[in-house]
Amino acid sequence: MPQLMLNGVRIDDTFAEAFGMVATAIVITAPTAKWAEQAAVTMTGFATSVIACGCEAGIDTAIPATESPDGRPGVRVLLFAISAAELQKQLQNRVGQCVLTCPGTACYAGIAGSARLKLGANLRYFGDGWQISKRLGGKHYWRIPVMEGEFLCEASTGSTTEAVGGGNLLLMGQTRRTALAAAETAVKAMNEIADVILPFPGGIVRSGSKVGSRYPALIASTNNAYCPTLKGLPHSALDPDIGAVLEIVIDGLTSDAVRQAMAVGLKAAAALGPDAGPVRISAGNYGGKLGRFHYHLKELIG
Amino acid sequence: MSPLTFSLKSPPPQRLDLSKLTPDRLKDMKAAEIQRVAIGTTHGPLLVGDVFSLKGRDAAEIRFDGGSDRFDFLGHGMESGVIRVEGDVGLKAGRRMRGGEIEVRGNAGPWLGSQMSGGRIRISADAGDNVGGPISGELAGMSGGLILIAGKAGRQAGERLRRGMIVVSGTSGDYAGTAMIAGTLVLLGKTGHLPGYLMRRGTIVLGRGAQSLSPSFADSGPQELAFAALLATVLAEHDVKTGKLFKGTLRRLAGDLATLGKGEILIG
Repeated sequence: MPQLMLNGVRIDDTFAEAFGMVATAIVITAPTAKWAEQAAVTMTGFATSVIACGCEAGIDTAIPATESPDGRPGVRVLLFAISAAELQKQLQNRVGQCVLTCPGTACYAGIAGSARLKLGANLRYFGDGWQISKRLGGKHYWRIPVMEGEFLCEASTGSTTEAVGGGNLLLMGQTRRTALAAAETAVKAMNEIADVILPFPGGIVRSGSKVGSRYPALIASTNNAYCPTLKGLPHSALDPDIGAVLEIVIDGLTSDAVRQAMAVGLKAAAALGPDAGPVRISAGNYGGKLGRFHYHLKELIG
Repeated sequence: MSPLTFSLKSPPPQRLDLSKLTPDRLKDMKAAEIQRVAIGTTHGPLLVGDVFSLKGRDAAEIRFDGGSDRFDFLGHGMESGVIRVEGDVGLKAGRRMRGGEIEVRGNAGPWLGSQMSGGRIRISADAGDNVGGPISGELAGMSGGLILIAGKAGRQAGERLRRGMIVVSGTSGDYAGTAMIAGTLVLLGKTGHLPGYLMRRGTIVLGRGAQSLSPSFADSGPQELAFAALLATVLAEHDVKTGKLFKGTLRRLAGDLATLGKGEILIG
């Protein structure tokens, strides 16, 4: 594969291929940042990949008390799914089981948009007739009595079909340690970008997959071309100096946000240089035929 | 374009019906036509031109230079635009208003915002009795929008309130929120006797308590409510000063148990 160089790091002249998704956002607040974050962490658990989790979800950003809807510290969470119906189901289950249950929290719409998803409009039934409807400042809220006090939840949130899932970078290091350093550095930079999440653990996935499998029951299987233990075998895509590969998957509310996140992540990782960070950076695609969105690494470093 | 301005020539000789002078109704009218609009309420005919001198052309913002407690039905049923009054207004300002904004730098008479369903009314001084309330024979009061009163309000503010919010920064009279159906009534100053009398649903917030409370409310004790923080934020957006009212706990009274009992009085 033709390659470019950036700070001594080899950049494959290839592209990441990503897909259109439906996404939503909510804002969770609590009396302290700790409990707002706890609710967000809990509701975005087991939401790494739509393959088996139903949705991909993560924390976009912390919201200071001065900018939150109720003057308490908050966290903005993004959820991505492959259909509006699945997104609705995931949102309702996750907010119902993880935010409603969490001490002190309240939950608000985190995105505008005319296509609405129900939030408190469904959860209100937990109130068993004691729920209170409130319209304030043009918005509709539900107050649901709970054992600790009251769960305040906006009736609905917006959604977008402009979202993109599956932007990615493959960071290859000489050792597991340098590959991880590259990935951690990229994650840190990408977390600064608004409207994107990195759904995998700590933003990083070590088991990137390819489409299909020799076993008919599986729709995806290990990306053997990038497994260092299979280096040297036919179909390996790894050079002799590569000892480990980590992938970062990016979901964003817009294509621009994904592109921007990939660019800052790529540049931050490459800035480490090949000794402390990646020796080579690539991206995953399916030949360009499956996904609507293509992010060429060449353009990202330009 | 400058705002369409009605300057009061002299105190009105009779009560005026200003319901025809809203942005929606005047937007396609020429100045000469507006001059001929009848605004009298007695046998003696009275036209706009008899009482006001006109200036400006943009009817999306209407101004009244000078007011009077004889300015009745101001902004009746208005849907959009702005009406500003430098002075007092009379009966039923903003009645059945659906959108837009009324700003009065003075006092308002009774039935301010009666049965309004949208938009915003802001009064810089006091309002009369029955703010937002129904007139005889009507089953519901205000059903949406926002009324902000910087001064005092009379009796029965928010009677049969169904939706929307009324905020009174000063004191208010007896029977505030009588038979409330839902909605939010914020009384920052001390209120009179028996607020929330026979309320079914809805929220009454009392900043400085009431002269007497109905015994048919159940005391749920002090509560920390995220809703209070949200309400404080929304009020702050409208420049309403609530001080420390929503910072601590609010004592919650559930009622009126003489009827449905799903309403609440929150006392700071």
